[in-house]
Amino acid sequence: MFQSKKRYLEKGQNRHLEKTPTPFGSSAHYLRLIIKPLHCLRTILETNSFLTLSVLSIHTHRSITKSSMASASFVKLNASSSPWIGQRSFNQRPGSSSRSPAARVSVIRAGSYSDELVKTAKTIASPGRGILAIDESNATCGKRLASIGLDNTEANRQAYRQLLLTTPGLGQYISGSILFEETLFQSTTDGKKMVDCLREQNIVPGIKVDKGLVPLPGSNNESWCQGLDGLASRSAEYYNQGARFAKWRTVVSIPCGPSALAVKEAAWGLARYAAISQDNGLVPIVEPEILLDGDHSIDTTLEVAERVWAEVFYYLAENNVLFEGILLKPSMVTPGADHKEKADPETIAKYTLTMLKRRVPPAVPGIMFLSGGQSEMEATLNLHAMNQSPNPWHVSFSYARALQNSVLKAWQGQPENVEAAQKALLTRAKANSLAQLGKYSAEGESEDAKKGMFVKGYTY
Amino acid sequence: MSAYRGKYADELIANAAYIGTPGKGILAADESTGTIGKRLSSINVENVETNRRALRELLFCTPGALQYLSGVILFEETLYQKTAAGKPFVDVMKEAGVLPGIKVDKGTVELAGTNGETTTQGLDGLGQRCAQYYAAGARFAKWRAVLKIGPNEPSQLAINENANGLARYAIICQENGLVPIVEPEILVDGPHDINKCADVTERVLAACYKALNDHHVLLEGTLLKPNMVTPGSDAKKVAPEVVAEYTVRALQRTMPPAVPAVVFLSGGQSEEEATVNLNAMNQYQGKKPWSLSFSFGRALQQSTLKAWGGKEENVKKAQDAFLARCKANSEATLGKYKGGAGLSEGASESLHVKDYKY
Repeated sequence: MFQSKKRYLEKGQNRHLEKTPTPFGSSAHYLRLIIKPLHCLRTILETNSFLTLSVLSIHTHRSITKSSMASASFVKLNASSSPWIGQRSFNQRPGSSSRSPAARVSVIRAGSYSDELVKTAKTIASPGRGILAIDESNATCGKRLASIGLDNTEANRQAYRQLLLTTPGLGQYISGSILFEETLFQSTTDGKKMVDCLREQNIVPGIKVDKGLVPLPGSNNESWCQGLDGLASRSAEYYNQGARFAKWRTVVSIPCGPSALAVKEAAWGLARYAAISQDNGLVPIVEPEILLDGDHSIDTTLEVAERVWAEVFYYLAENNVLFEGILLKPSMVTPGADHKEKADPETIAKYTLTMLKRRVPPAVPGIMFLSGGQSEMEATLNLHAMNQSPNPWHVSFSYARALQNSVLKAWQGQPENVEAAQKALLTRAKANSLAQLGKYSAEGESEDAKKGMFVKGYTY
Repeated sequence: MSAYRGKYADELIANAAYIGTPGKGILAADESTGTIGKRLSSINVENVETNRRALRELLFCTPGALQYLSGVILFEETLYQKTAAGKPFVDVMKEAGVLPGIKVDKGTVELAGTNGETTTQGLDGLGQRCAQYYAAGARFAKWRAVLKIGPNEPSQLAINENANGLARYAIICQENGLVPIVEPEILVDGPHDINKCADVTERVLAACYKALNDHHVLLEGTLLKPNMVTPGSDAKKVAPEVVAEYTVRALQRTMPPAVPAVVFLSGGQSEEEATVNLNAMNQYQGKKPWSLSFSFGRALQQSTLKAWGGKEENVKKAQDAFLARCKANSEATLGKYKGGAGLSEGASESLHVKDYKY
C-alpha cells in the first residue's frame, strides 16, 4: 500500500510540473482560486479519507495552475507538501487500525451516518412499498406537461408535483420519492414545504444529484454521467433540506457495445457518487440503466447486465461503500425493444433474478427496478412475477413514467381533475404494492395502463 | 457470454447444491505426502504408503460417519487407493452417497518483491488432469490460495494474483466436470483484531468474485471455502456469536446468493472451537441465502489420530472419535450442536501452527 501511495504522490507532482503558471487576471478569478482549495480543505477535514485526499491533491493542482502566486498564499495541498500528507494521521474513523505512513489503510465502511443510512435504506425497502420517481429535470418535466398541453412554467411544475405529493394515503404504497432540486426547495401553493408533505405521509424524500449525461470521448458514441464536482457540499445541503437518499442515473447502451471504457466509467462514477453520498448522510441509489434500445436478445442483455453489475460492485467495494446502506435501481433483464420476440413476465423474472443472484450480495437491502419505457401494466406484471418466492433482498419498484402516465392523462392540467388524478396515482401505486408482495392481478386494468411507453433514443 | 455453460453445467449445479445439503459437510483428507508425514510422525507412525492408506481407510470406513459427509477431498494418491479388502475408496464413498473430491493445486511459491506473500501453482496441464480425475470418479476439486495479514499485507498484487489463479482454476474445473471449491485462505497468524480480519476478508472475497465473474465462472456450480472471520492468533479471543456475526456479515457483503454453499476451513482452530463457531453461524439471525457448512481437515482428524496412534487395536476407539466429530459438525450445520461431543483427548487442543505450510 505504501508503494501505491507513493504513486499518488508522484502523479500529483507531475501534474503540477506539466502546467505552466501564468499570471492571473481579475480578483473574481483569484477568489475562485482561493475558495475552491479551501473547499477542498474542508472536504479533507470532513471526509478524512485517503482516497479523497489523493483526488483532491490532483483537483487542487488544476485550480492553482493558473497562478503560482495563489498557491503560495495558503496551505499547499499538493503532493510536494509532504508535511501535510506525511505527518497527520487522518484515518480517524472509530475502530480502524492505527496508522503509520507505510501501513495499509483499514477503513470501516461509511462514517458517522452508518446507522442512519442502514435504517433509511431498510425503511425504503419495506414490504409492499416502493419509490415514486418524480425527479424529471425541468426540461423533461416540460415534455410531460406539453403532452397534456401545458406550458413548462414553475407554477405548472409546482401544481403537478403538489398534486402527486399531497395524494392522501400515498404513504401506504410509497416509501420514498425522488425529487428534482427545484422540488426539494419548493412549497405547495398553501406554503407547505414539499418535503414536509412527504414526511407526514411517512415517505422518505430523495434527491437526484447527477448532472446529466454527456458524450464520452473515445468511446463508441456512448455517454457518461457528470456530477462529482462539489457533490459533497451539495449532498450536505440536500441533507439539511430534508433529503435522506440520492439518485444518480448513468446509462449503458448495448447497440454501442457497450465498450469496456463506458462500462468502467459508469461503474466508477457510481462508486464515487455512492461513497460521497454516504459520507453526507444520503443513501445512494445505484442506477446503471442498461437501455432498452436495440434488437438484441434477452441472453445478450443478461450478459451485459452481469458484466456491468460485476464492475459496479467491485468498485463500490473498492470505495468502501457500506452495502447495508445502499439501494439498487437496475433495469430488468428483457430483450431489446426491437427484438423480434417479446418475453413474458415469467421469463423476464427468471432472467432478472438469475442476474441478481449472481451479482448482488445479500447485504444490499433493496432492489428498486426502473421501468425504462415498459407500459404501466408490463412493469407491474414483471415485478409481480419476480416476487413469487422469497428473495434475499426486497425486490420493488422505483417508477416514474409507469406511475405517472395515467395521472397526467386524468389531470389534463385542470384543477377539477385533481382528485381523479390522485386516484389514478393511488391505483397504480397500489397495483405495484401488490406486485411487490407477489399478489397482483391484472383484472380490471385499463387499456391505457397497457400502452407501451418506449421512446427510441429516449433522453431524460 | 455470461456464465459458462458447458456440457457439465447441470451436473455441476446439482453436485454443488448437494455438497451444501444441511446436515452434511466435507472431510478434507487431502494432505500431501509431505504433510501427512507430519501428522503420522506426531503419533510416531512411519510415512509409508501402507500407513497412509490405513489412516484413510480408518476414516472412510468408520461405520455411520459417511452419512454426515457430502464430500471428501482426496490427495491424488488416495484417489487411486483401495481398502485392505481391495475395494476402491471412491466406490466406498459413492455407495454411501459421498462425492469424492481432489486437491489439484501444486502448492504455493513466493511472489518476488513482496514480504513473503505467495501465489499458488498448478494451472499447467490442469485441464487434462481434471479430465483424468473425473474419469477416476472425482466430482469436485480444491485449490488453496493463501494470503496473510500484516502491516502491508495482503498487498494488491497478492490479492489480484491469487484471485486470478482461483478464477482460472475454477473455469478449467468446470470445463471438465469438477465443481471447483474456491479457497482464499487468509491465515490467522498475527496480532490483528477481528475488525482487521473482516476488512481483509471482505476485500479479498470481493476481488475473488470479481475475478470469477470476469472469467465467466458459473457461480451456481462452485463452492467457497473461506476462513472464518476471527481475531488473529496472537490477539484476544472473542465469543462464537461475535465470530458468527462478523463472518456472516462479510459473506453478506461479498457472496452472491447464486453460490449454493460455504464450506469453512478450520485453519488451526481446535476441533471444538471450529464446531462451536460453525454452530453459532447457523444460529445467527440474518440473511443467509447459502448453506453454511464445513470442510475440515485437522478439526475433524485430530483426536482420531491421537486415539489411533498407528495401532490396529485402537482402530475402534479412533473411529468412535471420528464419528463423534462428524456428528457434531453435522449438528452444527443445523445450529443444533450442544457442545462437548465425545470430547476425547485433543478435541479442545488448538491446532494452530504459526506460519503453517501445507
